[in-house]
Amino acid sequence: MIQDKDRKREVIVKRVAKELKDGDLVNLGIGLPTQVVNFIPEGVDVLLHSENGFVGLGPTPKPGDEDKDIVNAGAQPASHVAGAAYFDSAMSFTIIRGGHLDVTVLGALQVDQKGNLANWMIPGKMVPGMGGAMDLVVGAKRVIVAMEHTAKGEAKILKQCNLPLTAAGEVDTIVTEMGVMKVTPQGLVLTEIAPETTVDEVISMTEADLIIAEDLKVMDV
Amino acid sequence: MNKIKTLDQALDYIKDGMTIAVGGFLGVGTPEKLIDAVVAKGVKNITLICNDTAFPDKGVGKWVVNKNVSKVIISHIGTNPESGRQMNAGELEVELVPQGTLAERVRAAGAGLGGVLTPTGIGTIVEQGKQKLTIEGKDYLLELPLKADVALIKGSIVDKKGNAYYNKSTRNFNTLMATAADLVIIEAEKLVEVGEIDPTDVMTPSIFVDVIVE
Repeated sequence: MIQDKDRKREVIVKRVAKELKDGDLVNLGIGLPTQVVNFIPEGVDVLLHSENGFVGLGPTPKPGDEDKDIVNAGAQPASHVAGAAYFDSAMSFTIIRGGHLDVTVLGALQVDQKGNLANWMIPGKMVPGMGGAMDLVVGAKRVIVAMEHTAKGEAKILKQCNLPLTAAGEVDTIVTEMGVMKVTPQGLVLTEIAPETTVDEVISMTEADLIIAEDLKVMDV
Repeated sequence: MNKIKTLDQALDYIKDGMTIAVGGFLGVGTPEKLIDAVVAKGVKNITLICNDTAFPDKGVGKWVVNKNVSKVIISHIGTNPESGRQMNAGELEVELVPQGTLAERVRAAGAGLGGVLTPTGIGTIVEQGKQKLTIEGKDYLLELPLKADVALIKGSIVDKKGNAYYNKSTRNFNTLMATAADLVIIEAEKLVEVGEIDPTDVMTPSIFVDVIVE
């Protein structure tokens, strides 16, 4: 399995980028998901949604080119692409909740085989608030969790989440440095496995029951 | 009717114990002069309605640091460590609301609606204490309107009647907060004569605005 931290992260964001289709409206969560933008395949034109109030999020401006009135949802200096549109928070969440957002990519503290997601609090330790995450996970047509497979050796893909949920049963796909998993009515299916990785390794790092796809593929990363 | 006041005159409307809605997203689009004036006046026991508690040295984060607020109704406090510290110490009451729900609760108050039904929060602790309704087979939470005594908002360009334009990502909650308070004070980044903003570009009509400060 892949050990190098940077290589792990690259595998995850490269593979998530391949999930995006031409014309998709996509929201990328803070942190690792943000980097997906650097690997979007040529010929695939996606529009990025920023929940503080625009579609058409552009690259980070060069030092000196920042506009104080353009920030992303993490308050970092941002830019907009040609064809962008600004709006208020009600419109931003109309887009999210109303089924107009094709894909949301977020990190997770825990995710389980029923598609439940926990990514907003650890009681007694970390209570930052859910921000827009609950609306994004409920509202987006496709929910992709992009994260490292384990945290300090502890499984994060579980039979059942034990942290407070962000949303119940909304996750569609999980992409880690070990493989790609899909939440199906039959259970959690491992559809792709990372290079240099064995099925036994994935199973040993996963608490959830994994169904191994008959046509298991190697991740193209 | 002259709505233009000095900061001191505007502060006369802000009293201890009030519920105050503030525009801005992590401090972007927040009326910093009004924020600072509230700190300087030493207003106490504010219930704050805002997207987030920003940063310790920016936006409403300064109210948390200076103990002007006793309760926040908010979607996120993670960027301001002082908010979490005060919450854990029992000094600050924190009501966490999903961001889209917060927007709709404010909008409902401003639009005269008795509440909104949202699927957000179903199956989570956000459900607690709320009425659940099933509409055409799908579960929703009834979320109630959220109204303030005073709203403090920031316009990029404001005319002398109070028509406001918000530049780029500064709009966020400003348009919503303007509709859902008994009194609305707008801080103008640039104050212009009536007629200088094309009526098509007005994002908050002047009828919502009571007081303008520069």
